[in-house]
Amino acid sequence: MDREIEQPQNEGREPKRVSRRDVLKMGAVGGIGLLLGATGLKGLSLLDEPKPASAKPAPAAGTIPFYGAHQGGIVTPMQDYVCMGAFDFTTTSLETVRKLFKQWTDASARIAAGEGVADESGNALVPPADTGETIGLLPVRTTLTFGLGASFFDDRFGLAGKRPKALADIPAFKRDELVPEWSHGDVIVQVCANDPQVAFHAIRNLARIARGKAVLRWMQQGYQRSGLADPKGATPRNLLGFKDGTNNPAVGDADVAGEIVWAKGADGAPWMDGGSYMAVRRIRMRIEVWDRTTLGEQEATFGRHRDSGAPLGQAGEFDKADYAKTGKNGKPIIPADSHMALASMGGKVKIHRRGYSYSNGIDLRTGQLDAGLLFICFNRDPREQFIPMQEKLAASDRLNEYIQHVGSGIYAVLPGVREGGYIGDTLL
Amino acid sequence: MLKSSRTALIATSLAAVLLVSACGESNKEAKSSASPSASATASASASPGAAAFQAAVDAYRQYVIDQTDQFVKSTDAFVQAIRDGDIDKAKSLYAPSRMFYERIEPIAESLGDFDPWIDAREGDVPDAEWRGYHKLEKALWVDNKLDGQTSVADQLLQDVKQLRVKMESVEIDTPMLVTGAVELLNEVSSSKVTGEEERYSHTDLYDFAANVDGAKEIYNVLQSTVKEKNAELAAEIEARFADLDKTLEPYRKDGGYVLYTTLKEDEVKKLSQAIDALAEPLSQVGTVVEV
Ligand code: HEM
Repeated sequence: MDREIEQPQNEGREPKRVSRRDVLKMGAVGGIGLLLGATGLKGLSLLDEPKPASAKPAPAAGTIPFYGAHQGGIVTPMQDYVCMGAFDFTTTSLETVRKLFKQWTDASARIAAGEGVADESGNALVPPADTGETIGLLPVRTTLTFGLGASFFDDRFGLAGKRPKALADIPAFKRDELVPEWSHGDVIVQVCANDPQVAFHAIRNLARIARGKAVLRWMQQGYQRSGLADPKGATPRNLLGFKDGTNNPAVGDADVAGEIVWAKGADGAPWMDGGSYMAVRRIRMRIEVWDRTTLGEQEATFGRHRDSGAPLGQAGEFDKADYAKTGKNGKPIIPADSHMALASMGGKVKIHRRGYSYSNGIDLRTGQLDAGLLFICFNRDPREQFIPMQEKLAASDRLNEYIQHVGSGIYAVLPGVREGGYIGDTLL
Repeated sequence: MLKSSRTALIATSLAAVLLVSACGESNKEAKSSASPSASATASASASPGAAAFQAAVDAYRQYVIDQTDQFVKSTDAFVQAIRDGDIDKAKSLYAPSRMFYERIEPIAESLGDFDPWIDAREGDVPDAEWRGYHKLEKALWVDNKLDGQTSVADQLLQDVKQLRVKMESVEIDTPMLVTGAVELLNEVSSSKVTGEEERYSHTDLYDFAANVDGAKEIYNVLQSTVKEKNAELAAEIEARFADLDKTLEPYRKDGGYVLYTTLKEDEVKKLSQAIDALAEPLSQVGTVVEV
């Protein structure tokens, strides 16, 4: 199945040198590093060359270079954990924003390489430069993905004229129960890694570097099953128990990604060439209600079998859904109001989904679990892709009975950063 | 060089402690013999940077003593109101008189039991040992009567006077100075911002402002050194102090501060973030110290 073809977003990058630390890291990932010897780092990124995911999942450790034509964390095969932070600026100076983005760039490149955010001085009279919880840990395919929210283009920084049309305000959808504290933000930072502590470390240190310039507006950690629990790398399941991501477009294929994911300069905002648009929805699941729902109704809700993940009426997970096929009662086997039937949009509209489950303990008012899906998707133009799709789902998705959209955001994900450049340099 | 000046200070302060215990509350002799000038000149010859730091330490020491002097006076007036059974007057003097203490809190805390005696909140110490300002706060705001509080007030005044004596021998060194400012802000973010410090009177903003004053004073004595060695850091710290002052401004009223309970959640959040924004660059002051 071609849904998860691996592809480095930053091909052909040569590491400048291989430090002792890198060699140690390679030793720790086992034979690979030893075999590849001094060119090991490049060798490690070779592991990201296109190949079907089903053949062999990516090893948990490894580096995805921060610099490149596109940012990581978009078409990168999903890591196991996410830590997502939305920041609001407290400064109104564009120069300060620029400076912060430069500092964030340096820190991000180091975090992606598995290093601390800065060299330590050893001065006992100052706090350490890095907060330390990743000392001695391998780089775990960490990616940091930066995007700008619509509010960044208000009157504070004089950039209103640069706001891409595709960075459209998300309309209020039916049944939305959005909480402002869980929505929006001037800047979004998505950190993905194969270790939750490594992902948290990144947001924490970026927030620290930002003190006095920007503050965290909201932060959400998320996960999917770990590579350890699923060494074959099958499609992960969401917290409603269903395989989620099966029919994602094969964005490992550059043509597919070019069509569905990457914004083009010619689309209207030249500075967004090679960037993308990310829609985030914090979707709470009514877990207790779902858990007392019959298997038949659960499967009809998605239009897929729970265990195999196959479309109703088919046997294999990746079999094609047949929306015309009817059952004995003459009705379609895949209900027309099922999540899949609606979200497939007649095959005409596609997005690239990259969401994670979250669980935040319990709702103190009700005692119910506070858990759900941190829905994340990338698309070239939300006006043509995410928005009409969610409009349709909000109106009639059978799944709506079991979910509640509580947070929302849409962000212009910046093009990749070239070495020597900085986050957002095509705009700022 | 730091090390030697520190030993020198320890030596002088030890001598002072001995003197103080020998001559009880009279502190005049202690003052002269505990003068830090000996160690100051000793380390000043080591390097010009060291001289600057010693000057900063001396200036700050003077500030601490000065605040303690005023703290004795303000506590005296507060205690008198309690003795007189004048609840309204005691309530009005409570928060302002504590500010002198809050400005120098980390230093007072370094002097043994004074902090629990003067500033313990209910539950911080076993009930039987609870004394000091917050015990009187509870009597004033919760019980609304002062029966049996005269002895608590007298004890408080005695403790505060004793603190003043102890201050003569306080040992302040460069590391204490560079971390003291951040410590004061940590006081703010751990108990004032949450409204836990003044749980009965809700006068937390007085403590908040006083802690910030204290941090500012420490920065002031170090300012010229920081400016000289890292102008960018100095500018950042000064801008953040100004931001914080602006954030506090709407809550100033009649020469004091509004009750903490009148603040909305997002206002508390803004104050808390302004403290974090200042404390981060302030924590870098140690980079200008030559160790
Ligand atoms: C808690 C909320 C949601 C859950 C639990 C959920 C779950 C699922 C599941 C189990 C599938 C079938 C397997 C697959 O192809 O991945 C699916 C498919 C899909 N979902 Fe969702 N989803 C949620 C929200 C959304 C939202 C908000 C959108 C977009 C607005 C969306 C768009 C899609 C799309 C495009 C497909 C593929 C449909 C096709 O087969 O062409 N989903 N989802």
